[in-house]
Amino acid sequence: MTSLTVRNLTKSFGALKVTDDVSLAVEPGEIHAIIGPNGAGKTTLISQLSGQLGSDGGSVSLGDRDITRLSMPDRVKLGLARSFQITSVLPGFTTLENVALAVQAREGSSFRFFGTVAREEALNRAALKALAEAGLDHRADVLAKSLSHGEHRRLELAIALATEPSVLLLDEPLAGVGGEDAETFVANLQRLKGRFTMVLIEHDMDAVFQLADRVSVLVYGRIIATGTPQAIRSDPQVRAAYLGEEEEAA
Amino acid sequence: MSDATATLTAPRRALTGRLKAALVLFVLFALMPPLAAALNDPFYVLIGTRILAFAIAAMALDLILGYGAMVSFGHAAYLGFGTYAVAILASWGVNDLVLQILAAIAISAIFALVTGAISLRTKGVYFIMITLAFGQMAFFFFISLSAYGGDDGVALMQRSTVLGMDLLKSDFGLYYTTLAILVALFVLCHRIVGSRFGRVLTGIRENPTRMEAIGYSPFRYQLTAFVISGCITAVAGVMLANQAQFVSPAFMSWHRSGELIVMVVLGGVGTLAGPIAGAVAALLLEEWLGALSEHWKLFFGVFLVLMVLFSPRGITGLLEKAGIARRQE
Ligand SMILES: Nc1ncnc2c1ncn2[C@@H]1O[C@H](COP(=O)(O)OP(=O)(O)OP(=O)(O)O)[C@@H](O)[C@H]1O
Ligand SMILES: [Mg+2]
Repeated sequence: MTSLTVRNLTKSFGALKVTDDVSLAVEPGEIHAIIGPNGAGKTTLISQLSGQLGSDGGSVSLGDRDITRLSMPDRVKLGLARSFQITSVLPGFTTLENVALAVQAREGSSFRFFGTVAREEALNRAALKALAEAGLDHRADVLAKSLSHGEHRRLELAIALATEPSVLLLDEPLAGVGGEDAETFVANLQRLKGRFTMVLIEHDMDAVFQLADRVSVLVYGRIIATGTPQAIRSDPQVRAAYLGEEEEAA
Repeated sequence: MSDATATLTAPRRALTGRLKAALVLFVLFALMPPLAAALNDPFYVLIGTRILAFAIAAMALDLILGYGAMVSFGHAAYLGFGTYAVAILASWGVNDLVLQILAAIAISAIFALVTGAISLRTKGVYFIMITLAFGQMAFFFFISLSAYGGDDGVALMQRSTVLGMDLLKSDFGLYYTTLAILVALFVLCHRIVGSRFGRVLTGIRENPTRMEAIGYSPFRYQLTAFVISGCITAVAGVMLANQAQFVSPAFMSWHRSGELIVMVVLGGVGTLAGPIAGAVAALLLEEWLGALSEHWKLFFGVFLVLMVLFSPRGITGLLEKAGIARRQE
């Protein structure tokens, strides 16, 4: 059974068709990359899959469960988590607290009014573990607003990990991360491979071709090709629509 | 890896700093009546009780305004429910404070649940307006309640009894009972803010989309906090009725709701102890400026503007600048 099945998904903003009849079948454990030029509709697609944005038509299934009508929190509880292209954290909370809240959401009730949550060892320990997996445990006690850009990207990942997803939607986790930092980040993602299914949106082609099992190319809201990284790299249609531009620009 | 048990984080340090600030306030409150007696000015004990009651209400409002970013402009309605719970039950011969408080809480919980569920469908300035509208609805309901004096209100024949005891008969007894309730409710609010629930509420204030993305539906947490806040405010109303020995719709006019917001902002939002100090400052200024000039509201307005300009974080901000309280960074 596929992990995530998308059938004929559509979305328009006014006259602009941003998601145009998108179908996808993401296999268990794979990293399925979605690449495409700026404004292709990648973030919109992720928002539809995560339930943050409603769809005009089509359906989304997690495993064999139709989740098309579920809210974002309900999808998260079923194991579908996302990260944000533009970092979205709780700025006045510490790094650890940001992650601990995600642990708390999946573990037990949040209608507890008396115990001091900061002293809950189990929450803190699970949060530290997720932080370590994202390479950020050394910054646990720092307020999120004081983190650097690269650290913010790691915090995004750590929070998503802490929800213990079965399918993780990553929207450009490497956005704005360069050089050596990007390499260790890719290594971090590589270590997570196989633990859950990942849909990876990424502009960094080196990262995509290192990590992805399969790649789908999204252009003007349509998927124009899906295949192994090698097949995508040599697909003439893809080269014309997308990769060609990148190489010329480089 | 750092130690999972020893994460005394920055906001937590600020929290314990505020605990100390509250402790100082409570000690000062406890010392006030003997001081007033020594100065031969027992009238201050009654004013003091009024201040304590408003401190409870301001703290309750801070729970949703400061920690939940819900600016309720109709919170005086709950003060009103508290005062009328006393008047109505007393007219039925029920004078027990505990029963009056329970009744006030029950009616407030229902009102907050219904109006909160509707108001929370809106955000920002619309939330302010709709809570104001519900507050006015409650206000006009009691104006039309002719059995209890309508617009004019009704005087109370006696103060409430506490489990059969005349604890509130003396002004001192009323003062210290109100203080004890303030302290107990502060501890309750402080616990809530530091709990799992409080962390979720604060998280929703900081970034609701992020909270949804990790599995929380903001609505139910916000509504719960809204109800808790309304219920605590109602307790303030019960004490206020005993202090004034008089109940009228004036307790629930929109001016009162505005004053509660002023107290919270003046004291420092999201600090619990701050709004208690804010209630003291606002009511003392009202007393003194009112005695100086009939245009005291103008002076009060100027004072507020200066405060917002020079210390946007209120009295708490001033103390932090002076290095007395600890900053949250
Ligand atoms: N809420 C919205 N209302 C109107 N138009 C929108 C909205 N969100 C996105 N768009 C438009 O939809 C198109 C796709 O946007 P989207 O953010 O999904 O692209 P993307 O592939 O993620 O781009 P990038 O690579 O720059 O992140 C763009 O033309 C964008 O301007
Ligand atoms: Mg995008």
